[in-house]
Amino acid sequence: MKNPRLYPLFATIAIFIVAYAICYIQFPFMLSTRVAGNLLTDNAYLGIVAVGMTVVILSGGIDLSVGSVIAFSGVFIAVLLRDTGLHPLVVFALLLAVTTAFGAAMGWLIYTLGMPAFIVTLAGMFLARGVAYMLTIDSVPIDNPFFDMLQGAYWLMPGKGRLTLIGIVMLIAFVIGHFVAHKTRFGANVFAIGGGQQTAALMGSKIGQTTVLIYAFSGFMAGLSGIVFAIYTGSGYPLATVGTELTAIATVVIGGTLLTGGAGYVFGTLFGVLTMGLIQTYIVFDGTLSSWWTKIAIGILLLLFIVLQKGLLKLTVERTAAP
Amino acid sequence: MPGGLKRVIPQLVTLVFLVALVSLFFPTFLQVEYSGGRFVGPVIDVLKRGAPVALLAIGMTLVVATRGIDLSVGTVIAISGAVGAATIASGYGLVPALVTAIAAGLAAGLFNGILVAFIGIQPIVATLILMISGRGIAQLITEGRILTFNLPSFAFLGSGQVLGIPVPVWIWVLTAAFVILLVRRTALGLLIESIGVNRRASALAGVNARVLLIAVYMASGFCAALAGIIITADIRGADANNAGLWLELDAVLATVIGGNSLLGGRFSISAAVIGAMIIQTIDTGILLAGFPSEYNLVIKAVLVVIILVLQSPNIAGDLKFLKQNLFAGRAKPEARQEAGK
Repeated sequence: MKNPRLYPLFATIAIFIVAYAICYIQFPFMLSTRVAGNLLTDNAYLGIVAVGMTVVILSGGIDLSVGSVIAFSGVFIAVLLRDTGLHPLVVFALLLAVTTAFGAAMGWLIYTLGMPAFIVTLAGMFLARGVAYMLTIDSVPIDNPFFDMLQGAYWLMPGKGRLTLIGIVMLIAFVIGHFVAHKTRFGANVFAIGGGQQTAALMGSKIGQTTVLIYAFSGFMAGLSGIVFAIYTGSGYPLATVGTELTAIATVVIGGTLLTGGAGYVFGTLFGVLTMGLIQTYIVFDGTLSSWWTKIAIGILLLLFIVLQKGLLKLTVERTAAP
Repeated sequence: MPGGLKRVIPQLVTLVFLVALVSLFFPTFLQVEYSGGRFVGPVIDVLKRGAPVALLAIGMTLVVATRGIDLSVGTVIAISGAVGAATIASGYGLVPALVTAIAAGLAAGLFNGILVAFIGIQPIVATLILMISGRGIAQLITEGRILTFNLPSFAFLGSGQVLGIPVPVWIWVLTAAFVILLVRRTALGLLIESIGVNRRASALAGVNARVLLIAVYMASGFCAALAGIIITADIRGADANNAGLWLELDAVLATVIGGNSLLGGRFSISAAVIGAMIIQTIDTGILLAGFPSEYNLVIKAVLVVIILVLQSPNIAGDLKFLKQNLFAGRAKPEARQEAGK
């Protein structure tokens, strides 16, 4: 364990295991595949969008538009399935093309204008939510046989737990995200930009191209998350998933990725998502705690992790500075 | 004064242009009538409804000038509103309610300030913590309900009038005037700018950067508390879920429209406040002109992009080059490449 950058990841996994153990002691039923399956299903859309957010944050950026893009995706799918005779798969492909292009356009603006990602993606957030609103202001139910099939698809695990299709999609998204971030040249460029844009440029990374690709990837994942969310809720609603971008950022941080960029693991984000889901499940099991405790617990976890990372970073710097 | 006026000319031009545009669709936009001891009209409405964002923009401008950002202001509105309403619901009067609400805002600012100044967390992350957990805290105070109350003196702050002008307008105008005097008639504004330009250098030069940073975040918390009081008083109830929702983004937008760079440094509170009025004119204008309010967000997004393009350091280089080339005729072809970089 020489790499101090792994410590936050280990801390995340340890906290998840300890939290699960505490839950198990109080409610033995927590350790069943049913609960585990629901944990994956209920947080699938959050996990997928967090994969894209992890890559963005690894590059030192931020993407505030994702919550709106998920809402837009749901409305887009619902309206297109209602008004046209297109097959859902065609609609999905169209949607992913739109959201990927949308992300790429934001990346291009960030690079060409030299403006902070925060404010560019803020405009993107307004735009996506606004367009969703212009498509419809009502909740539109999705009524489609193929769609119903996707909703009902699951694999029965031992112990009668259901691993649903959208849960599987989330796990695949994490595998792809891990591969993209840690095994490809693009991923190396992302880490380089996160470490420092000027250094990366001197190293020969193509900053412009990489920035566009980073936000395109995030847009793609947000679109995919929108599809999963539409399958999960069976409808499209322009006011859905308000504030999801902030929850996604929180999961990334709890997962051990540095918000300053340049250090972190996609795998850690999975545990960030699961920890958050666990808090919610515990509150549901308990029954006396109110749902707003979730927000407070997440805030406290977030604070803990950031302070932990700060401390570790200081330790690392001191160690490398020592002769 | 000409110097100060010159700074806000782009914002004033934008505002005048928008007012003209709205008047085109809604001809009586500029009409103000005096009836029943108060002024009524769309303009007064804009001034009143823009109060929360204008107040937030004052604090946000100070924070942005130090190269920070305060994402928690919307949540602080909910917390201070909930605290104020809870104080009244427990049987206390106007003064205790105001004191506790403002104390809650200052405490939130202190928390943010300590995270930024002492622990050294990036402002966007530090304030994100309170932004997420704060609504939970507000819901804890109101127990998840909309906490209503009946105290005429408190409600007066949201819907009353003084000299025919709504009280919220007085609150934001006076706050803005006070803060502008405070930062421009003392060296305070200069010191805040120096932190934004280079925190380490200003600390080496003897500026107490930590105390100033905390003070700036507390000022932002204070302004958010005032906005929370106005919103709570106006609807005579504290809504932990929806009070101040998305207002942090409007406040940042107002600050940016005011020409304040998110990279810190020079700032203008008057321009930011005009920025808040620009946003409110758009909101009200879209409503009055009979457009569906769905267009609101798209129009805002387009506006942000236009402002970004105008503010961009890269584009600014190109514009400078163009100006040199057209008016001075001195720039050589090589200068184009340098300007374009």
